[in-house]
Amino acid sequence: MSLETPAPLTPYPRHGSNSGQPISRRDGELKVTGQATYAADNHPPGLLYAVTAVSSIARGRVAALDVAAAKAHPGVVEVITPANRPPLSHDPDVKLGMFGFRIEVLQDDKVRYANQPIALVLAESLEAAVEGAALLRPRYEVEPARTGLGNGDRYAPAAVGVGAPPRTAFGDLDAGFAAADQVIEAEFTTPAQFHNAMEPHAVVAQWDGDHLTLDMPNQALVMSREAYAAYFGVPGENVLIRSPFLGGGFGSKAILNGPQILAILAARHMRRPVKLVLSRAQMYGPVGHRGRTWQTLRLGVDGEGRLTAMHHHSLAATSSFEDFLEPAANASLHAYASPAILSQTEGLRLDIGTPGPMRAPGEASGSAALEVAMDEAALACGMDPLAFRLKNFAETEPGTGRPYSSNALRECYAEGAKAFGWAGRPLQPRQMRDKDGLLVGWGMGTALFPCPHFPAEARATLRADGTALVETAGVDMGQGAWTALAQIAAEALGLDPEQVEFRSGVSDLPDAGVAGGSGHTASAGLALHNAGQNVIARLAELAGADPASPLFGAGNIGVVAKGGRLHRRDDEGRSESYADILARTGQTELVGTGRMARDEEAVQAWAMYSHGAVFAEVKVDPDLGMVRATRLVGAFAAGRIINPKLVRSQYYGGMIWGVSFALQEAAIADPRTGRIMNADLAEYRIPVNADVPSLEAILVPEDDRYVNPLGVKGVGEIGITGTVGAIANAVWHATGVRVRRFPIQIEDLLGGG
Amino acid sequence: MNRFDYIRPASVAEAVAAATQPGSAYLAGGTNLVDLMKGGALRPDCLVDISRLPGLDRIEWLADGGLRIGALVRNADLAHDALVQARFPAVSEALLSGASAQLRNVATLGGNLLQQTRCPYFYDTASACNRRAPGSGCDALQGENRSHAVLGWSDHCIATHPSDLCVPLVALDAVIEVQGPQGSRGIPLETLHPLPGDTPHLETMLSPGELITAVRIPAEAIAVAGHARYLKVRERTSFAFALVSAAAGLELDGGVIRKARLALGGVAARPWRARVAEAALEGGPATAEAFARAAEAALADARPSGDNAFKIELARRILIRALQEALAGTPEQRPALPASPFAPPSGARHVA
Ligand SMILES: Cc1cc2nc3c(=O)[nH]c(=O)nc-3n(C[C@H](O)[C@H](O)[C@H](O)COP(=O)(O)OP(=O)(O)OC[C@H]3O[C@@H](n4cnc5c(N)ncnc54)[C@H](O)[C@@H]3O)c2cc1C
Ligand code: SF4
Repeated sequence: MSLETPAPLTPYPRHGSNSGQPISRRDGELKVTGQATYAADNHPPGLLYAVTAVSSIARGRVAALDVAAAKAHPGVVEVITPANRPPLSHDPDVKLGMFGFRIEVLQDDKVRYANQPIALVLAESLEAAVEGAALLRPRYEVEPARTGLGNGDRYAPAAVGVGAPPRTAFGDLDAGFAAADQVIEAEFTTPAQFHNAMEPHAVVAQWDGDHLTLDMPNQALVMSREAYAAYFGVPGENVLIRSPFLGGGFGSKAILNGPQILAILAARHMRRPVKLVLSRAQMYGPVGHRGRTWQTLRLGVDGEGRLTAMHHHSLAATSSFEDFLEPAANASLHAYASPAILSQTEGLRLDIGTPGPMRAPGEASGSAALEVAMDEAALACGMDPLAFRLKNFAETEPGTGRPYSSNALRECYAEGAKAFGWAGRPLQPRQMRDKDGLLVGWGMGTALFPCPHFPAEARATLRADGTALVETAGVDMGQGAWTALAQIAAEALGLDPEQVEFRSGVSDLPDAGVAGGSGHTASAGLALHNAGQNVIARLAELAGADPASPLFGAGNIGVVAKGGRLHRRDDEGRSESYADILARTGQTELVGTGRMARDEEAVQAWAMYSHGAVFAEVKVDPDLGMVRATRLVGAFAAGRIINPKLVRSQYYGGMIWGVSFALQEAAIADPRTGRIMNADLAEYRIPVNADVPSLEAILVPEDDRYVNPLGVKGVGEIGITGTVGAIANAVWHATGVRVRRFPIQIEDLLGGG
Repeated sequence: MNRFDYIRPASVAEAVAAATQPGSAYLAGGTNLVDLMKGGALRPDCLVDISRLPGLDRIEWLADGGLRIGALVRNADLAHDALVQARFPAVSEALLSGASAQLRNVATLGGNLLQQTRCPYFYDTASACNRRAPGSGCDALQGENRSHAVLGWSDHCIATHPSDLCVPLVALDAVIEVQGPQGSRGIPLETLHPLPGDTPHLETMLSPGELITAVRIPAEAIAVAGHARYLKVRERTSFAFALVSAAAGLELDGGVIRKARLALGGVAARPWRARVAEAALEGGPATAEAFARAAEAALADARPSGDNAFKIELARRILIRALQEALAGTPEQRPALPASPFAPPSGARHVA
């Protein structure tokens, strides 16, 4: 359904409200009582267990595998290696669509990174398969691994992230730096980080002739269905992906990967259902990660603390065979008003698994560096960090000059600062101590995230009893999509959420697009909204044409749908229930459809972002260098809030991830072998509850009449951005030590004692 | 994992007989052993499950005032025993600073003492590791060794012993009781884990089949109960091993230190009793200068084994802090964040 009013500057109409309620997750009870069925909980009869054997070298080839030993192990039924790997219909070295990465599915004996699958063992039990894989005892021809700056191959990429340009320039950079009174230059590094969803990547694959059923956690059901179909040479509709629950995705479950394809292939080959579940360690390689970056920021400032030029350069690591680059430098493109901005990314080829999008790809790592550099610039100007940001507030989108569809960032700064108690913060570091003598520091950062939308479709069915069924192949990764999307549908249908059956998580429903880019609620939500409006419009037509209906002839005047009834817009006293309209017109059900649709002119005319400001307090032990984040206040504006409870959870989760990024998370690869030495949750540190500070997320109201007809922006990723820098800045403020290497570690601060 | 036999002996004697066979291993809580088996670092042929052996799960006070703890007492039970808390507060605090509540509910005293190093190369079967595969080399030496040993290491192995519990136990002169094919004996805990030298694979002084049946803490050790702390530097607030840690206990006579009990964790292949530092303190005043001198003495022989020089300074500072807090007196209430420097003696609130 297209917009009623095509003029781009006319705001979208606002609707009544079923949305906006803090409803608890519909799936919450299932999850906390253990009744939610995750992919690996499926045990079809005749199941075989698949386990990948993975390489322990990062580069070279597999010279020999002791397949006989593995096969001799009781319970092992087959070992698939490059020598006997059944054919695939798609060449895995060729990209397949936008999210189609080149993958490793035993197409040859080459090893391109540590933890790459080099064989697949199938057995009657998991234990036998694991032991079979161990018995393969590979022999390798080893080539020196490229593991870092010293031995990686630098290259000029064609694109960064998912198709963004590697170089973007606004204004005259040289002139900008020439006009600067001071130039602040700083180098930052961010480590490899792994998604580490609680639920590992898993699949239970079953073939029935050329029909394939996949139980797997998946963030992009219909798109993935088509990709699997291409790999296996069957029509897309023959593939059914069931993904009712995901134990987290964070971007890693939107992209096809080798191990899952191998399991599906094995199921066809063996004519038996096959289950594969990656171990925690095996998730450190073939299923993506946030790539390492080496970033340089140069900021020119004039005598009044105004930015004159911003140059953000990032060297980003990727694999030897794929091109995904963490788009960190682009985080500086649209953050602050500056007459000249240059963002540049170079690639560094290493013998690692291909990185991929991980919650706030680019924004997280890029804003970490940018927000610290901004803090340094503020200090150089003798200004309070918040005042400095306000001085450089972007009234319009930097670079393009487009107005914002809405921008409550000023309110975010103000409300966040007030709630935090920012006023009176000393400019200089090491000025504050608590009663126990711990150093106290305060820091802040700006949070920013764009509003991408993805194509999406939905179907709404009104049923004879006046309730509705709405369907879209959406994805609940734990963020609460089942709940928020159902709220949007209910609102469009004029029903209570309890009267709406929401069907989702299966690939044979209308395509809901990708649950990613913080755009799922907006995209799938729009499709549902439009499907709901479509079916209501059809119902109104039926009623309006029916002389027996109190709504007869309401056509031009229109109707309003609420409480399961249609009301005449000009006389709400005249109404009829959905059930009655359907019954009288002899319909057992009425179906409407909708798709994500926005006014393309508005999309071009307005700059659209979610905004926020994060304020952090840390305490540092002056002797021991131990850091604890003690307080985080984030104020975020993201258009209309469908469900404040879920949204607050997203902000909390993002801010906690920011703590993790700033102080804990890093994969540590041995520089000689490229093997990751902490591929487990004991040693790959993420915060435990005791590390989570007192958190406050303020939902700053924002009425966005242009972003889309719902007024909804994204909330899923913005919480990380801003937070990392805020914490790093607070650590500096506490100690006077500026750490530009993430995560900040104890040894970085010991000298400051 | 490999196929293995599993037996559940009914008595200590049966257990010892079974475990004396080459290739067998005792299974207690399994929180360390099973992990190592899953990763393939250890591949025993036979597991001798001692977790249900009768009589080894008791906490007993001996006639002489000492404490005897059965080898199967769960870490959680020991930590929460009221008398243990009162008389050996550092033991309780160390236990509660380790692992997680779930692990502590399963892990046993004996298993805690004999847990393996967390050196990542020990766990990674593709790496050379003299401790796991004698003579294969030590990949940690030139590798990721930021958390490795700074005391007592050799070029053959730079691993540390990871136990928190062992640190106050050695400071308190704990003795382990073992039962073996040749009968029973006692071994001072301080000598249970030999330094690596050129035989890092000889991980303990136990002979094949010897079973730890109990740990004894002598009555004299109660004398430091009023001035005892265990403090741990770690990189998240719980569920993390110590980068360095220290146990300190003081017996004071006015402002003079009559007896000092000091040990460091995370610095060596054994829980490190800091006897020189104790000697430096005993008989002198409990002052900041004395603590600093003692810390210097404790780390006098320390050398970085890699990218870990910072641990030497960190160990000095945690020892000084532990001494300061011990001097201030054992907190009446166990801190909400046990062993955390962020838990002020006044009692920590979880959230600031
Ligand atoms: C994620 C994680 C985090 C942890 N964090 C910490 C921490 O912060 N601090 C800390 O101190 N510990 C920590 N631990 C280690 C934990 O304390 C040990 O795993 C546990 O104490 C081992 O006890 P168990 O009974 O499970 O031993 P098991 O795993 O059963 O056995 C360990 C070893 O001891 C041997 N053994 C066991 N009992 C006896 C006996 N009576 N006689 C002879 N041999 C015996 C076994 O053969 C085996 O070699 C952590 C563990 C994990 C998994
Ligand atoms: S330090 Fe010890 S445990 Fe670690 S690799 Fe070297 S020999 Fe093995």
